[in-house]
Amino acid sequence: MLLIKGGRVIDPASGRDEIGHLVLEDGKVREFLAGEAPVRFQGRVISAEGKWVVPGLIDMHVHLRDPGYEWKEDILTGTRAAAAGGFTSVACMANTNPVNDSPEVTRHIIEKARREGCANVFPVAAVTLGLEGKEMADFSELAEAGAVAFSDDGKPVENPLLLRRAMEYVRPFGYRILSHAEDSVLAGGGAAHEGWTARKLGIPGIPSAAEEVAIARDILIARQVGGRLHIQHISTRMGVDLLRMARRAGLDVTGETAPQYFTLTDAALEGYDTNAKMNPPLRGEDDRMAILEGIQDGTIDAIACDHAPHEAYVKKCEFAVAANGIIGLQTSLPLSLSLLAGGKVTPARLVDLLSAGPARILCLRGKGTLAAGADADVTVIDPEAEWEFGPGDVLSKSKNSPFLGWKMRGHAAATICGGRVRHATIAGVTVDA
Amino acid sequence: MEWHRRHVLGLSDFHPEEMEFVIDTARSMEEVLTRDIKKVPALRGKTVVNLFFEASTRTRTSFEIAGKRLSADVVNFSSATSSVTKGETLLDTARNIEAMKPNILVVRHSASGAALFLSRHVSCSIINAGDGQNEHPSQGLLDLYTILKVKGKIAGLKIAIVGDILHSRVVRSDLHSLGRMGAKLWLCGPATLVPREMERTGAVVTSDIREAVRGADVVIMLRIQLERQKTAYFPSLREYSRRFGLNRDVFSLAKDDAVIMHPGPINRGVELSDELADCERSLVLLQVESGVAVRMALLYLLAGGSHVAH
Repeated sequence: MLLIKGGRVIDPASGRDEIGHLVLEDGKVREFLAGEAPVRFQGRVISAEGKWVVPGLIDMHVHLRDPGYEWKEDILTGTRAAAAGGFTSVACMANTNPVNDSPEVTRHIIEKARREGCANVFPVAAVTLGLEGKEMADFSELAEAGAVAFSDDGKPVENPLLLRRAMEYVRPFGYRILSHAEDSVLAGGGAAHEGWTARKLGIPGIPSAAEEVAIARDILIARQVGGRLHIQHISTRMGVDLLRMARRAGLDVTGETAPQYFTLTDAALEGYDTNAKMNPPLRGEDDRMAILEGIQDGTIDAIACDHAPHEAYVKKCEFAVAANGIIGLQTSLPLSLSLLAGGKVTPARLVDLLSAGPARILCLRGKGTLAAGADADVTVIDPEAEWEFGPGDVLSKSKNSPFLGWKMRGHAAATICGGRVRHATIAGVTVDA
Repeated sequence: MEWHRRHVLGLSDFHPEEMEFVIDTARSMEEVLTRDIKKVPALRGKTVVNLFFEASTRTRTSFEIAGKRLSADVVNFSSATSSVTKGETLLDTARNIEAMKPNILVVRHSASGAALFLSRHVSCSIINAGDGQNEHPSQGLLDLYTILKVKGKIAGLKIAIVGDILHSRVVRSDLHSLGRMGAKLWLCGPATLVPREMERTGAVVTSDIREAVRGADVVIMLRIQLERQKTAYFPSLREYSRRFGLNRDVFSLAKDDAVIMHPGPINRGVELSDELADCERSLVLLQVESGVAVRMALLYLLAGGSHVAH
């Protein structure tokens, strides 16, 4: 048994936001206790006074690089970074080697995570075999093996008919297609947001329309077949507008954005900083504002960091050939906490974006809530802790982050996954082996 | 003034006085070029490596002659290998060359930012001889020098630059050199090749060549780089030439003493009519001449020189 004492328990899924105590037992949440803490408690106690106690955070978009690219990251290091960042669950994308388009790969990920992971790992399997955009993967077999959704993330499903068939086929089974929305022809081999910074630096641009056209297309296909669609890493103003419109039309379309898109703009590319190179690219200030609005008004359902580890040498090169992507699991929470400034995002809404929302989108039972009977995945957040994100703090195998050296506010004081303490900075609280 | 730079990576952070200083130095260098024995010992014992990852004959030759006139040992390293094909990384190549202890690396590369990138990782001086679509600082300075020779000033001149603005590193350097010295710049070309954002530089952006050339003191024509066109930016060369080519009819709208420039190589009959390319108002060869002097000045200044040995 484990008692988390005296924290502000924020559980949007059950409408709770009050000071109290949480009792965990046998890997489940047993109960919430208001008022005085139990005097005679037989078990471990974690003091959470002055801190938030929230359902374990869920990042629904990470690349663990395992199997196949273990020099960039593996399941152990990736989930270690997740736990340190407050995440008890991650959904990992299918662009591994071999691609996660077969139950063997799905099972490998799940079993390895069970053996050595520090967080729950939910594999997202490929929509098409080999991510080649030609033939559909065997959805049912993959789902039986444990895949929670399907995505060709890293690249779009270019053929609209194939996407239609996939969405239509999986609809009765309740699976969701996660879309890397990009028109790669329009993107035209660009390497940065098509805007002033790219013009000035002489970097070929990726127009906003490359994302927007694809989001519009995917939404219209979902509407045609009644499909369940999720738009990944939204980075543009019109992308947010399209999602809002789809929702008003009553479609089952959800969307995520990443902390980098509401924190940075393409100005971060000055000096050809390859750690600011990603796809979709960092956009302009107007896009950043629109992402913030989408978060505030509930259009955006989830924050997911698109954790994309890369070894040093594929970033230490010319901008044009540098790899896309940044690590994010250890900075996602503090960057998201900055949304609270100004009061337009409440703590409950933030917890929804980082936990309850992704659990809903991916239908993760027992996750994203602290209701009695839920899994004992809990994150204790110190929203005020001030710290600096230095290279020595990085638990990933890769250090490709534009946020190195940033002063951060707020972090995970303890991360409890399935009742086991996976990370803790609270004095006297030890991490379970 | 004192020269403090270790590298010349671009003109974006050059002050007007600094550019004038380079031009003054180039003038002294040009005097050397008029001598019977066109060589001074200023860079004796220094090694200049031309590290060219992109095909270029004229810029490389210009730097080579510049180095040799200053008595430097000049070594050419050309690698046709594009940065995208797998193999040795740019950084490894540069470090290998650096281990041979050159004083100055003159770098041409297809990736924007390549020269800046190398300057952060090697200890010798770097001159950017063109990095992707970013900058070509020696071209920006030689254009400035050439116009000064003919017009005596830059401030107040209307200078039209016509062609593929989007992909041009020459434009990005000219905007700094000519723009910062007070020229009124007009950028002209097909809308697909003249990004609207370029108005942020203070230049006027247009797709009407007649408007751009009308009353101009200088018309700089850019090469239409067919090799850069993976997808068409305009319907055909024929149409391009009709809309955006400079011929006698269009050029007659410019000032009576207007001059034509072109960084070369010229596509005769495409961006520039045959007769204009060879006319007395064309400064193309004067640009090449100024180029050697400007590059001598840059090599000289980076090697630590402060005055020319007579």
